Amino acid sequence: MSVQVNTKQAEALGGDVEKQAVQGADIFIQSLQNEGVEMIFGYPGGAVLPIYDALYKNPIPHILARHEQGAIHAAEGYARVSGKTGVVIATSGPGATNLVTGIADAMMDSLPLVVFTGQVASAVIGTDAFQEADIVGITQPITKHNYQVKDVNDLPRIIHEAFHIASTGRPGPVLVDIPKNVSNEIFTMAEVKQTEVNLPGYQPTTTPNFLQIQKVAQAIQKAKKPLVLAGAGVLHAKAAEDLTAFIEQTKIPVTNTLLGLGTIHGEHPQFLGMAGMHGTYAANMAICECDLLINFGARFDDRLTGNLEHFAPNAQVIHIDIDPAEIGKNVPTDIPIVADAKEAIQALLKLGISTEGIEQWTAHLNEMKEEYPLHYKNEEEGILPQEAIEMIHKHTRGDAIVTTDVGQHQMWTAQYYKFNHPDHWVTSGGLGTMGFGFPAAIGAQLAKPKETVVAITGDGGFQMTLQELSLLQESQIPVKVIILNNQCLGMVRQWQQTFYQERYSESLMPSQPDFVKLAEAYDIEGYKVTSLNEADAVFEKALNSNKPVLIDCRVKQIENVYPMVAPGKGLHEMLGVKP
Amino acid sequence: MKRVITTTVINQSGVLNRVTGLLMKRQFNIESITVGHTEQPGISKMTFVVHVEDQRKLEQLLKQLQKQIDVLKVNDISDKAIVTRELALIKVLSPPAVRSEITSIIEPFRATVIDMSKNVITVQVTGDPEKVEAFIDLVRPYGIKEMTRTGATAFVRENQKTPSQQLSIL
Repeated sequence: MSVQVNTKQAEALGGDVEKQAVQGADIFIQSLQNEGVEMIFGYPGGAVLPIYDALYKNPIPHILARHEQGAIHAAEGYARVSGKTGVVIATSGPGATNLVTGIADAMMDSLPLVVFTGQVASAVIGTDAFQEADIVGITQPITKHNYQVKDVNDLPRIIHEAFHIASTGRPGPVLVDIPKNVSNEIFTMAEVKQTEVNLPGYQPTTTPNFLQIQKVAQAIQKAKKPLVLAGAGVLHAKAAEDLTAFIEQTKIPVTNTLLGLGTIHGEHPQFLGMAGMHGTYAANMAICECDLLINFGARFDDRLTGNLEHFAPNAQVIHIDIDPAEIGKNVPTDIPIVADAKEAIQALLKLGISTEGIEQWTAHLNEMKEEYPLHYKNEEEGILPQEAIEMIHKHTRGDAIVTTDVGQHQMWTAQYYKFNHPDHWVTSGGLGTMGFGFPAAIGAQLAKPKETVVAITGDGGFQMTLQELSLLQESQIPVKVIILNNQCLGMVRQWQQTFYQERYSESLMPSQPDFVKLAEAYDIEGYKVTSLNEADAVFEKALNSNKPVLIDCRVKQIENVYPMVAPGKGLHEMLGVKP
Repeated sequence: MKRVITTTVINQSGVLNRVTGLLMKRQFNIESITVGHTEQPGISKMTFVVHVEDQRKLEQLLKQLQKQIDVLKVNDISDKAIVTRELALIKVLSPPAVRSEITSIIEPFRATVIDMSKNVITVQVTGDPEKVEAFIDLVRPYGIKEMTRTGATAFVRENQKTPSQQLSIL
């Protein structure tokens, strides 16, 4: 597309009309088009009016959330599912600060976002002007990089760099703060050209060192109890298929981090389930007993490792990560490899590595898998949250895109929904953000309109961003919202029960809105289910419908997520392994 | 352990903030930090002296710094042959009775008196931080009225000593 030439402005500048003389805001839109941006999530305001005006003239589909937090979580969901960079626009001050949670969330979970915030005019920056906030300062510790545009002529370069930084290496959020006068300013460059990115301080290593890869091969051949731990790095590198090929070639058993779910088919015979605080017994014991731990793209988060003193005590550790700063950060590494997961796995595949004498090990793990499966017991009427998740799995055949917040419902989903695809699991892992799942589902659905998208939330988290129901209705985005409603903050309640002598301080929410009426208020189908039979019928209907639906699924309040590794304990000290 | 780390950075507004913010977030305690231009336009150099607990913490610090997009180069130069300099300005109480005594201390340190009033002299001392420290200790008994230090700036010497080869008797 070509930017419209504003002849009046060009004349006013005394310039020649033939030459392009356009506003910064137009350059902004053109730059986004050059980057191939398919859609923008945002919310207008005073400081971004020039940009929204330019968007009016040269539209890129824009998703109008009802709160900036909704916009950015939707962009995260979009980024996670599409593998492309999510784009967010918000105005200065409160608009910008409302994005902070989403930016931190994207940073923790390495999601590529480019966030544009308006800023007050350069002349009044630093005067505490109306709707002014130092968003560059605020977001410095929670962005991969951030910019404030000082000169309109830098705008195309900065935008191009921002997209480059966000999407390469270890992905992450980049913020670009644009003062209002910059988007209003006249840009007189002949053409907005995409220049080569020139960032000498940013040269991510993607190709693994071959000698190190050979060392990995030797270690695997020597190992008697090898284990693969696959994290979200595999998903970001789009290397799930390669990983499956690798474990099938080597016969090594595999476990996932929370965010790595989907790298391996949920019902793959070599898959031990998720590891960590609420991981399976087999997965955690495999970590405790293995003599070789091969970590592809996981950052050894404390929710995974438990007490570091007892983490993989007998293992030689191989850590493959694109971010060198993650290697050795938490767990000492014997063979470090800085590389893109896909390139590393492909390099390993080429070597045709085979394992020898690990049959006893895999048989032992399979025994544990059989003997200590995830379990729950329902002897009374009513629905257990685990049953609800299994039912969702049944009706979607494990093919739905599932999003969650943080907490009990998240852990149950991770445990009981068996993911078949690498890009179908969207959860707030690192930051653990309540209110994430529902707007993220909207972004995910926009990225993949044909898939079934289910937002599984708790009654607490849903109330943090429920205003986005407007968006569902307005654009008829067929997200299925399933609230596992236990009328409390389940995980908080569980911890209070376990570690605070059942002192349920402010974690119970006996007074909830009527979620069905709420859905109706937004003109969305709503259902309340209280028994398994009801749930079965409603889920079947809802999950096969092409309309947005909200289901208030009443589940038992006193139900805990097990098994569990208590904070500060080692993975070998799991609770609730047996019924 | 005390480490001397230099970073070469792109001279952009906010870079210092970014680096110190990073150190704060990761709980590193900075003893001193100095920043200034280098011989290349647009490039600045920071020298900081930091206390780190162990080798792993140090590695983490270097890697996190390296990760910053405006940071071009990070070096831990503590174990190299380096040149370190610091400047301190010190106002010492010096009534006429002890003035000559103080000046006699100044001399061996090659410090300079840069201001003088009836009862106070201001001294400028430069050198490696230990020398500055030693000087301060010496003048402290006279009464330091005010003091300011720049923190250390450093780089590696042009000629690094190569470790001598072990001689075998055979």
